[in-house]
Amino acid sequence: MALLEVDDVVVRFGGVTAVNRATFTADRGVITGLIGPNGAGKTTCFNVITGLQRPTKGRVRYRDKDVTGWPVHRRARHGVGRTFQRLEAFGSLSVRDNVRVAQEIHGGPLAWFGGRRGASGVDLLLDRVGIAEYADERADSIPTGTARLLELARCLASDPQLLLLDEPSSGLDETETDAFGELLVELAAEGCSILMVEHDMDLVMSVCHDIHVLDFGEIIASGAPADIRTNPDVQRAYLGYAEGDGDTSVIPAIEEVVS
Amino acid sequence: MSSLFAFTLLGLFTGAAYAIMASGLVLTYTTTRVFNIAHGAFGMFLAFVFWDFTQRQGLPTVLSLVLVVGVVAPAIGWFIQRFVTRGLGEGPVSVALVVTVGLLVGLIGLAQQIWPPEPRVLLPFWSGTGWQVGDTFVTAHQLVTLVCAIAVAFGLYLLLSRTRIGTAMRASVDNPELLKLFGGKPDRVAALSWAIGMSLAALGGILLTPVVLLDYYALTLLVINAYAAAMLGRLKSLPMTFAGAMILGVLESWAVGYLPTDGFLASFRPVIPALFLFAIVVLMPQAQLRIGQVKGIVTAPVPTMRLSLGSGTGLLVAALLLVNVVAPNQVLLIGVAATYAMVMLSLVLLTGYGGHVSLAQFTFAGVGALAYAKLDEPNLFGLLLSAVIAAAVGALVALPVLRLTGLYLALSTMAFAVLMDKVVFNAEFAFKFNGTLAADRLSILGMRIGSDTAYVWFMVLAFVLLALGLLVLRRGALGRLLIAMRDSPSACGTLGLDLRWFRVGLFALSAGVAGLAGGLFAGLRGTVGAADFLYFQSLLVLLLAVVFGATSVTGALLGGTALMLLPEFQAASPSMAGLLFAVIGFGAVLLGRDPNGIANHVFRIGRWLRSRIAPGLEGRLQGLLPRGGGSDGAVDVPLVDIAVDVEKVG
Repeated sequence: MALLEVDDVVVRFGGVTAVNRATFTADRGVITGLIGPNGAGKTTCFNVITGLQRPTKGRVRYRDKDVTGWPVHRRARHGVGRTFQRLEAFGSLSVRDNVRVAQEIHGGPLAWFGGRRGASGVDLLLDRVGIAEYADERADSIPTGTARLLELARCLASDPQLLLLDEPSSGLDETETDAFGELLVELAAEGCSILMVEHDMDLVMSVCHDIHVLDFGEIIASGAPADIRTNPDVQRAYLGYAEGDGDTSVIPAIEEVVS
Repeated sequence: MSSLFAFTLLGLFTGAAYAIMASGLVLTYTTTRVFNIAHGAFGMFLAFVFWDFTQRQGLPTVLSLVLVVGVVAPAIGWFIQRFVTRGLGEGPVSVALVVTVGLLVGLIGLAQQIWPPEPRVLLPFWSGTGWQVGDTFVTAHQLVTLVCAIAVAFGLYLLLSRTRIGTAMRASVDNPELLKLFGGKPDRVAALSWAIGMSLAALGGILLTPVVLLDYYALTLLVINAYAAAMLGRLKSLPMTFAGAMILGVLESWAVGYLPTDGFLASFRPVIPALFLFAIVVLMPQAQLRIGQVKGIVTAPVPTMRLSLGSGTGLLVAALLLVNVVAPNQVLLIGVAATYAMVMLSLVLLTGYGGHVSLAQFTFAGVGALAYAKLDEPNLFGLLLSAVIAAAVGALVALPVLRLTGLYLALSTMAFAVLMDKVVFNAEFAFKFNGTLAADRLSILGMRIGSDTAYVWFMVLAFVLLALGLLVLRRGALGRLLIAMRDSPSACGTLGLDLRWFRVGLFALSAGVAGLAGGLFAGLRGTVGAADFLYFQSLLVLLLAVVFGATSVTGALLGGTALMLLPEFQAASPSMAGLLFAVIGFGAVLLGRDPNGIANHVFRIGRWLRSRIAPGLEGRLQGLLPRGGGSDGAVDVPLVDIAVDVEKVG
């Protein structure tokens, strides 16, 4: 059963329609990919799901509740977490304190005055995403890839049920990306549902259970990785033309086009 | 019915002048993202220039008007945009606010210096000429006002929709960066809009002078009218701004016509704009969090606990010596300095740590003082209750703007300060008009702190305790949250923080600290009145706090001392009274971009001295002292880094 349902969402900025009647779902305990060319409306969809952007039309349902009118923080408290494409790390705090703040926000107001000290879980989280060595550095001084992992760790500190990752692997090298993919699979196995915007097709194809393809604000295809790979509409969106059905050689080409 | 017509008509004429002023404010704000709180002050200053041209220099009226509106005002506008406000729009809102508040205070000081207080009359245009319309008399001046407003509306319409640069101005509202990419010149657009904005401020000020009189403060406060009118168009739409101005003018006129001329209700007339403003703000829709808005970050220095305790003890010892050495009347002055310093501590929390600006901080001290005097419980319980009441009032001010962004909160505080100053503090249930209330000195556990020296020392103790408390908060979870909130509000939101209530809480806490200071101040003085808590004082508190450093308790201490000394200097040389305001105001303009203020330079000198006189001592001390960041996990930024940051910012 779907954990998240985006139903017929439309977002217009003035005369521009960024998202046009997008309908898709993300299931419990699996990784769902949201892909599409630049400017297709992926991040806007994320903003609608997290509440940073009010949709012009349409509904967002999460755990069978209509959350369209909910403010950002309320969705977050019900387990919707996200990372950002344009980094939103707390630059003047240390990496460790970034995660600590997340934990404290999660703990609520009573934790702010005095409250719990020496949060050991923080270091475990940093270790888990593989950035423990940066713990004492200021968050605005670490490399982009590391900062993305920091955003993931920060998000995990608030114990999310639905994790929205916006281009998490950009800035990571190949080995790091592989490790990152394994981490995602692990998280999903632990019951955390993940919706991911990602341009690295190898990663998407290898970890995602379902994929939705967005082009010019519309969902043009949904399905398992194997179906998406061979879908002529998807090929057209990325390449401008479709090759013969069943020709999987197009996928490396997609990767080149978008990266 | 006919008198309703008459009052409505009169209101429309005043509204027309408001519309002229408000449209200038909207124009500069939308194109450069700098809200010019000094808009009214510029109108005031230019009205004085107009008076000077016509009355002192004896130039013909029309020539003076053309010179002021067409030459002097645009030149000032260009200058301000070029050298003062350029680039402010992209920075934190708090910086732009402080800089324009600095301009406001500086302009009042400059006007007082150039044109010392004396009765001045600026006659209406063609005074004496007029026509009978129905049962009312329309003067030529009123007609001129209306014609000017229509001309301004038409002119702005033509400029914005029919000219190339006007199109560029509209484009820069949405995205100045994009405009640059398309070959537009945002700087030229900004300069033009400031020039026009200033001309409109001048025209509005000159037209309104016969109504509100040639007064430093009354004309300056017109910015609230303009702001209230502009809010109807959400600071964006010019037609709605015109409509808002007309509604405001008519409401004011009706208030003159139908409110009783004496009693409590009569005092409401001058605060109609503030009330109108609150009404609109409450009805505004929720503002959305924005991403990709990470602002220039200034790190606030946090001393180690050991150093804080040491400095606090040192200050207490010094104060003990001082209160026993200086002349009796100067003992009270130290108490006043402690009051200001405590109010500035509340700004360290709100502005220095939280990045929000309050233009009513001394008004909250007034609320605390009023509560303390009214409660008549001169003990710790009464004092704390006064602080809680001030905090509750602070929350009430922040509540209407709960759903809006920081700029609106700051502007609403100014309207609130004026409202309290003009109405509430003068009301029968408060200090009464021109009246005072008695307040007794504090008793602790039945022991009354009667003597001046003991009471003042106790106030210094209160400052030290509050400062230590603030530093503990800053080093703990709340401090981290405040920084996180400043660095990325959207990330805080998506992690589950309700920014709206957090801000209300922060604002209330800050108002509570100011209220506590006010309660202690009431006990110090023995009698307090509305005159002790004028809204203008809040502006001075903010400016001096920022000049001396709104990010450190040291800055609050220095700023409090300076604000205490200010009237002493002014009394010593009355001819320089205005100049001192000008120095403070324009000083804040220069220093407002660095909220670490003068205190930071003091820290630097301290470090330099230590490294020169006793090289190696620093290292040995560091070895002895447990540094934060480890066991207690405090945000302990090495001070050297801060110096580097400041250089980058400056």
